[in-house]
Amino acid sequence: MLFFNHFGRYLIMLKGMFTRPENMRMYWKELMHQCVEIGIGSLGIVIIISIFMGAVSAVQTSYQLVSPLIPSTTIAQIVRDTVILEFAPTVVCIVLAGVIGSKIASELGNMRVSEQIDALEIMGINTKSYLIMPKIIACLITIPLLVILSMVLGIWGGRLAGTATGIISPDTYDMGLLMNFVPYNVFFALIKAYTFAFIISTIPSYYGYYVKGGALEIGRSSTKSVVISCIMILFADYVLAALLLDKAG
Amino acid sequence: MIEFNHIRKSFGEKVVLDDVSHIMETGKCNLIIGQSGSGKTVMQKCLVGLFEPDEGEIIYDGVSFTDMGIEQRKELRQQIGMLFQGSALFDSMTVEQNIMFPIDMFTNKPFAEKLKRVNEVLERVNLVGINKKFPAELSGGMKKRVGIARAIVLNPKFLFCDEPNSGLDPQTSMVIDKLILDITREFNMTTVINTHDMNSVMEIGENILYLYKGKKEWTGNKKDIIFSKNERLNGFIFASEFLQDAKDMRMLEAKGKIDDNRDMDELLNGDKLV
Repeated sequence: MLFFNHFGRYLIMLKGMFTRPENMRMYWKELMHQCVEIGIGSLGIVIIISIFMGAVSAVQTSYQLVSPLIPSTTIAQIVRDTVILEFAPTVVCIVLAGVIGSKIASELGNMRVSEQIDALEIMGINTKSYLIMPKIIACLITIPLLVILSMVLGIWGGRLAGTATGIISPDTYDMGLLMNFVPYNVFFALIKAYTFAFIISTIPSYYGYYVKGGALEIGRSSTKSVVISCIMILFADYVLAALLLDKAG
Repeated sequence: MIEFNHIRKSFGEKVVLDDVSHIMETGKCNLIIGQSGSGKTVMQKCLVGLFEPDEGEIIYDGVSFTDMGIEQRKELRQQIGMLFQGSALFDSMTVEQNIMFPIDMFTNKPFAEKLKRVNEVLERVNLVGINKKFPAELSGGMKKRVGIARAIVLNPKFLFCDEPNSGLDPQTSMVIDKLILDITREFNMTTVINTHDMNSVMEIGENILYLYKGKKEWTGNKKDIIFSKNERLNGFIFASEFLQDAKDMRMLEAKGKIDDNRDMDELLNGDKLV
């Protein structure tokens, strides 16, 4: 019953965002601000985890491929496909759920508790539209871009680790990357990125916007929003894989 | 003028406001007073539309606020300014950006014109030269004054203040009270103030509504309070012995029974007090 209560309020919150903006210029300014906060603000962590994910993936794949019958190019293929299909969209988005999700929930929660949201309402501003919509659009713009960057860096990280440790030569690695490449995988990863971006932005917005109480409750709702976002990302990951990869096959 | 009739509001089983009616007059400081939990804040939030009353009607200058659609309410709210208990300034913005925000949102004026207006209201609240400071760098009283500046920047017809003196020392409270009173008269606004500050009541209480456990208990002005025989009101306003003595003295003074040359100690200790 509690689930339906939350889900209903979540849908009402989303519906409430769609009204005519009071001043398009101010909404645009807020959108740009959020793009910088979310996109540029998460760039560092995405770069670091992507390179290491690719590097670890290359080293561990090589460790498990003990048969001399399997060519070294397979390492590159495995790194490429795991990074594109799973590591870049899913793992990066789970990390971003923590980074961006907690930021959104605590920002909105603090605004709610300190009556800043009420102040905006009194001015005649649709706060759902002004505060939440730019965050969602900013996530939908920047997170897929971060995921694409993560794919490139992950694959490059694998090449770097592979050549540095002598597992695979750069030429063999590059050759492996081009073998049996399925462009649909990139498309599938982007679908996942958009879905996860929506989850990462809307669930923390919901928990932050409707927080009640004080500083303790802001912390609680922030943690809860990250946990629920992560669970929903994993659930959506499974559903999308079951639906889209099955059809692709 | 804001008129509200038979307002009732409950949260679950708890009735917070029960059949409250009153008229808030234009050009006056209208006070809603009462103990903590008496329903003052809920009353004010109903008036500005942050809460929907379960029953009753709210009328702004003859137009029913209760029957207004979302767009009409948005238009009306541009004529409403509000000072919140914690000031509710936007943390990430400077003082200038905070005050400029409503102008930015609802007008397309050039920056120079907006800045001129910001400086005008800052001067009006006696805060010149703090444009680039952030709210975290301001004292409680300064935050309140910036809150007032933001509330009046669009020349509103209605000003709401929720506990404007909470957390302030008595001297700063007086400054804020006087500022609100002056602004109300200068711009002929309908000002509604929630307070349980005795000084405010006696300084600026031109039209007072006393709520007791969500019900209208008493109405009047600061002069009426002195002569009121309402025990609950007296218990609330003149809670301390000192204030009760002060009330008695004011009553005697008003009745012409105090000679200005008499010793204060004699008055306070004597049995001449009523």
